[in-house]
Amino acid sequence: MIAIIKYNAGNITSVKNAVERLGYECQVTDDMDAILSAGKVIFPGVGEAKSAMNHLESKGLDKIIPSLVQPTLGVCLGLQLMCRHSEEGDRKCLGIFDAKVKKFPATDIVPHMGWNNLEVGVNPLFNGFGEDDTVYFVHGYYAEICPQTIARCDYVLPFSAAMQRDNFYATQFHPEKSGDVGEKILKNFLDLSR
Amino acid sequence: MLKKRIIPCLDIRDGRTVKGVNFVDIRDAGDAVELAKRYVREGADELVFLDITATVERRKTLTELVTRVAQEINIPFTVGGGIHSLDDARAIIQAGADKVSLNSAAVKRPELITEIAGQFGSQCVVLAIDTHYENNEWIVYTHGGKTPTDLRTVDWAKEGEHRGAGEILLTSMNNDGTKDGFAIDITAAVSEAVRIPVIASGGAGTVAHFSEVFTQTKASAALAASIFHFGEISIPTLKDYLKTQNIPIR
Repeated sequence: MIAIIKYNAGNITSVKNAVERLGYECQVTDDMDAILSAGKVIFPGVGEAKSAMNHLESKGLDKIIPSLVQPTLGVCLGLQLMCRHSEEGDRKCLGIFDAKVKKFPATDIVPHMGWNNLEVGVNPLFNGFGEDDTVYFVHGYYAEICPQTIARCDYVLPFSAAMQRDNFYATQFHPEKSGDVGEKILKNFLDLSR
Repeated sequence: MLKKRIIPCLDIRDGRTVKGVNFVDIRDAGDAVELAKRYVREGADELVFLDITATVERRKTLTELVTRVAQEINIPFTVGGGIHSLDDARAIIQAGADKVSLNSAAVKRPELITEIAGQFGSQCVVLAIDTHYENNEWIVYTHGGKTPTDLRTVDWAKEGEHRGAGEILLTSMNNDGTKDGFAIDITAAVSEAVRIPVIASGGAGTVAHFSEVFTQTKASAALAASIFHFGEISIPTLKDYLKTQNIPIR
């Protein structure tokens, strides 16, 4: 079973639909036992960092998420919350990745919205990812490049498009909204062995 | 490099696609989900569903359609038409839409932009502006282009951004349905005046029109309905052409 963490953020339906399109069963839940016993966990989200972190704390999920041992995928706000700190609401986050989340400087259109290329390293998440492939982003804040960066994107400045540490994976882009390319990335995650 | 987006618009009535020419004359032309899937296969970067249903059953019908679309489509989509309240927006977003577009309701009560952005994030809120050039000014219209307001288009776009809109969908009523090209001047003016993405709409008739709007304005995306809907231009043909013009295209 795949657990999709339910919290006060948008976009959870889209992730559930995408997982089901790939033929996997999933459950949207904030139940600790269901999350801890899931084979894989997805931590999605679109929203604001501070209120999302406050909500996670109120549910005890801020302790559970960093303690997970199964493959876990953060998406968009999920990635940002897995970092050390976010400038959005000046909020301490989960600290899984050693990066800060900052606001894009207002030198170009913000949010970074649309399809963009990636510079990917060797990682099972990006098996089969082609040089010209693009994925869909929509975000006004970005995670810095850090040792856990496994894919970079360049918009105004280079930032972390995907990160990994041990069993924790995360993408700033939306694999569930990135067409066939995104489905491949999501499937790569769902097929990871524990 | 961030790509310019090509967005087919599907006008919806009672769960089926229709197309208004110059906002009047409406023709029925097919199943919305099937057409949407066809556009996705052809390489559409995003979709917009504009609901023009006028019955009391509209919200239920639209929510059911959005649920089906969200199950079957793997690219972002926006839903607009008849979103008058935070509850309307919530129903559509929870059914799986990525964004809602607001038009008349935002003019009537601009706080609605802030309320929806506050709840779901600015990226969820598209401010749709129907604009008409008259007496040397681009004026905002509401109610499907029937009702003039006293708002100047650039001012309203800036106010929308300030109130929390994440994107502007700008439709020139003078150009819509003409196939003579996008309204370059107002699209340029709005896309210079705001720092959020602007989607150009109204008037696309040839592949060159898309190239014009991307090279002569800062538009992030271009939207069209009938030329795609009736197969006059295919999305792959359009995208191949834009690539030859060195426009960043997926």
